[in-house]
Amino acid sequence: MRPKIQLLSPDLIGRILSEAFELLMNPGVRVGSAVVELLRSVGVSVDGGVARIPERVVRQCLASAPRDFYLYNRQGEKAVHYGGDDVHFDPGSCCVQMLDPDTLEARQSETRDLVRIVQVTETLPQFAAQSTAVVCNDNAAPSAIGDLYRLFVVLQHSEKPVVTGSFSAAGLQGMIDLLAADSGSPDKLRQQPRAVFDVCPSPPLNWSEFGSHNLLDLARAGVPAEIVSMPLAGGTAPVTLAGSVTQHAAETLAGITLHQLAGPGSPIVWGGAPAIFDMRTGGAPMGAVETAMLNLACSEVGKHLGLPTHGYLVATDSKFVDAQAGAESARSAMLGALAGINMISGAGMLESLACFSVEKLVIDAESIASAQRLARGIEVRGDDVRGEEARGETLATAMFAQTGLSGEFLKLKETRALFRQEQYLPSPVIDRGGDRSARGSAPPADVFTRARTRVDELVSKYRKPSLPEDVLRKFQAIVDREAAREAGKAGVAAAPPGN
Amino acid sequence: MPDQLFGAMLQSIIDGAPDKAAELAQQALAEGVDPLEAVNRGFAVGIAFAGEQFGCGEMFLPDLLASAEAMKAAIKVLEPEMLKRGSRREALGKVVLGTARGDIHDIGKNLVATILAASGFQIFDLGTSVTPEQFVAKAKEVDADIVGVSALLTTTMAGQKAVIEALDRSGLRPRVKAIIGGAAVTSKWAAEIGADGYSRNAIDALELAKNLMGKGTALA
Repeated sequence: MRPKIQLLSPDLIGRILSEAFELLMNPGVRVGSAVVELLRSVGVSVDGGVARIPERVVRQCLASAPRDFYLYNRQGEKAVHYGGDDVHFDPGSCCVQMLDPDTLEARQSETRDLVRIVQVTETLPQFAAQSTAVVCNDNAAPSAIGDLYRLFVVLQHSEKPVVTGSFSAAGLQGMIDLLAADSGSPDKLRQQPRAVFDVCPSPPLNWSEFGSHNLLDLARAGVPAEIVSMPLAGGTAPVTLAGSVTQHAAETLAGITLHQLAGPGSPIVWGGAPAIFDMRTGGAPMGAVETAMLNLACSEVGKHLGLPTHGYLVATDSKFVDAQAGAESARSAMLGALAGINMISGAGMLESLACFSVEKLVIDAESIASAQRLARGIEVRGDDVRGEEARGETLATAMFAQTGLSGEFLKLKETRALFRQEQYLPSPVIDRGGDRSARGSAPPADVFTRARTRVDELVSKYRKPSLPEDVLRKFQAIVDREAAREAGKAGVAAAPPGN
Repeated sequence: MPDQLFGAMLQSIIDGAPDKAAELAQQALAEGVDPLEAVNRGFAVGIAFAGEQFGCGEMFLPDLLASAEAMKAAIKVLEPEMLKRGSRREALGKVVLGTARGDIHDIGKNLVATILAASGFQIFDLGTSVTPEQFVAKAKEVDADIVGVSALLTTTMAGQKAVIEALDRSGLRPRVKAIIGGAAVTSKWAAEIGADGYSRNAIDALELAKNLMGKGTALA
C-alpha cells in the first residue's frame, strides 16, 4: 500500500469546484485583450476586460486537456511523468540572490551561480528536472531577455528536463525557438517536449495581458504549460484555506479554458504556489505548514479533475541553512510526496524564495530522498532473491528458518539483496554515527559544513554534456537575435550575452 | 468630558471601528470640541498606538488596516469643520505612490498609502505599472515631497532604479525624496540604486517618510 495523505473530503472538493464555477461567472475573470475574440467565439461574454465563463465552456476545455504527459531528456527518453501519483522534484525558480557560504550574506546571483546549481542538480537523482533557478545579474544582455538567457545557460549544461517560464510575452518565442533547436525541430519539440513553462495568473482572478498571451502561445506551440496560481490567503485571496483553494481553482480553470480553446489537447498542468499571507510582514511564508496545506489541497482538486499537478514546497523562510530551514523544507517535502504531487518545485530556496543556497539544495536532496522513500511505503517482498519458490512470501519466518536464534541476519543473502531497496542510504550530508570524541579524528562538522563539501564533490563529479556544434551555433544565433531585437527597442547597441 | 471623549476616540481607532469613530467625531462637533484637537488628542493618538502595537507584534496587518479605516472615517466627518475654521490639519507631506513598471502587485503599496494617509500625509496614488515619466510628471504637478515606488517581483525591481534615474534627470532630486519597498527589496538594493530610503513594511514606511520630512516621530 502506498501511503497517501488527503486533506479534502469528496464533498468539500465538490463545494470548492461549485463555488469556483460560480466565481467564473460572478465576479468573472479579468483577461488580456489577446484572448477576447477566442472567448467570444465560444459564446463567453467579455465586457470591460472581464470574462464571465460558463461552466459548460470550462467543462469542454477540461475534457480536451490531457490527463498525463511526459517530459523528455536530451537523449529523447521519458524522464518526467506528469500524471497519476508520480512525484518529481526540481529546484526553485528565478531567485535574485545567492547565499554566499563564506560570509553567509545574500549577494546578487550571477551566471556562475546558475551553472553551479545546474551542475549539482544534474548529478543528483533526487531531481528529475532542472529549473531556471537564479537570475543572472551579471549578464549584459537586456533584462527583457533574462528568461531566455537563463534557459540558454541551463540547456548548455544539462540533459534533464527543465521547468522554466517567461516573464514577458515577447520573450517566450525565443525560448520556444531555443527548445526547438535543442530538440531538432518545432515538431520534435511538440512530440517530445523537454520543458514545461510556468504561467501565472495575478490574484485575484486576473489573467493579465502577458499571462493570457503566454497561455495562447504555449498552447499553439504544443509546449507544456504549468499554471501557477498564487493566492495569498488573507492578502490577495480569502483568508480561509478553503476559500483560497477555491480562488486557486477558479483561476486555474480559467487558465485551462484559455489554453485549451487556443490549442485543444495541448499539455497543461494544474500547478500552483499558494501561500498564506503573513499578517506581520505582509510576506508569503513558504515554510508555513498552512502554505503546505494549501499546496496539497489545491493539488487534490486538480487530481479530482484528472489533471497533472504541481506545487511549490521544500522552501523555507529562514535566511540561513539552519534548523528552521531543515524543518520547514523536510516537512513539506514529506507532505508533497505523500500527496502525490507530480512536480514539486522549491528546493534550495531560502528567505521566502528571495535567496538561493546550493548548500541547502544538497541538504534538501536528502529530505527529498527520505520523502520519496516514505511515499513508497512498506513493501512486502517475497524471498525471490533466492529464486526458490518454495519459500513463498513470508515476512520473517523464512529468514528465521535460516538463522534460528543466532541473530546472524547480516550474513543472509536476503539482507545483501534487499537492504538497498529497504533503506535509503544517505550521502555524508546526513550525520549518522561516528564518535564525537574519538581521539585523533577531526572534530565533527555541522550539516552546513558537510553540505559545502558535498557541493564541491558533486561539482567535480559533474561532466558537461557535449552538444553538437550546430545546435550550439543555433542557440547563440537565437540569443543574439533576441538581444538585438530588445536592444533595438531600447535604442542601445546590442551586447551579445556571453556564456 | 472632552478627556473621556478623547479616550473613546483613541479606543475606536484601536478597535478599528469606523462607525464608532465617525459617531464620536459627530459628537465632538456637536459639543463644540475643536476638530483639530479631536484629531491630535484623540484619533491620532490611537493611530500612533496601533503603529506601536504593530511594531512589537501585538497587532497585525488586518488590525492596522481597520485602524486606518476608522481614522479615515473620523477625518471625513471632521474635515469640513476644520476647513471652515481654517484649522485644516497641515499635511505632513505630499507623497506620490505607485508600483514599478510591469508590476501589477499593489498590496504593499496600498498598505503604505493607507497608513501614510491615516497619519496625515497627502497621498497621490498612481496605481500599478507606473512608468518613470508618469512618476516625474505627477511629482512636478503636485509639488511632491516624496516619491515611493513599490516592486514585488525581482524582475520589476529594475523599474525602481529607472524612476530614481528619471527623478535625477528631471532635476527634482534631491529636493524630492525617492523611497522604495517590496518583498524582495533590501537596504543594499536601495543603496545601490541611490534611493533615499526603503522600508520593510508600512509602519516603517511611515517612520521613514516622517524622518525624510524632518518631522521625527512626534505625531500628536
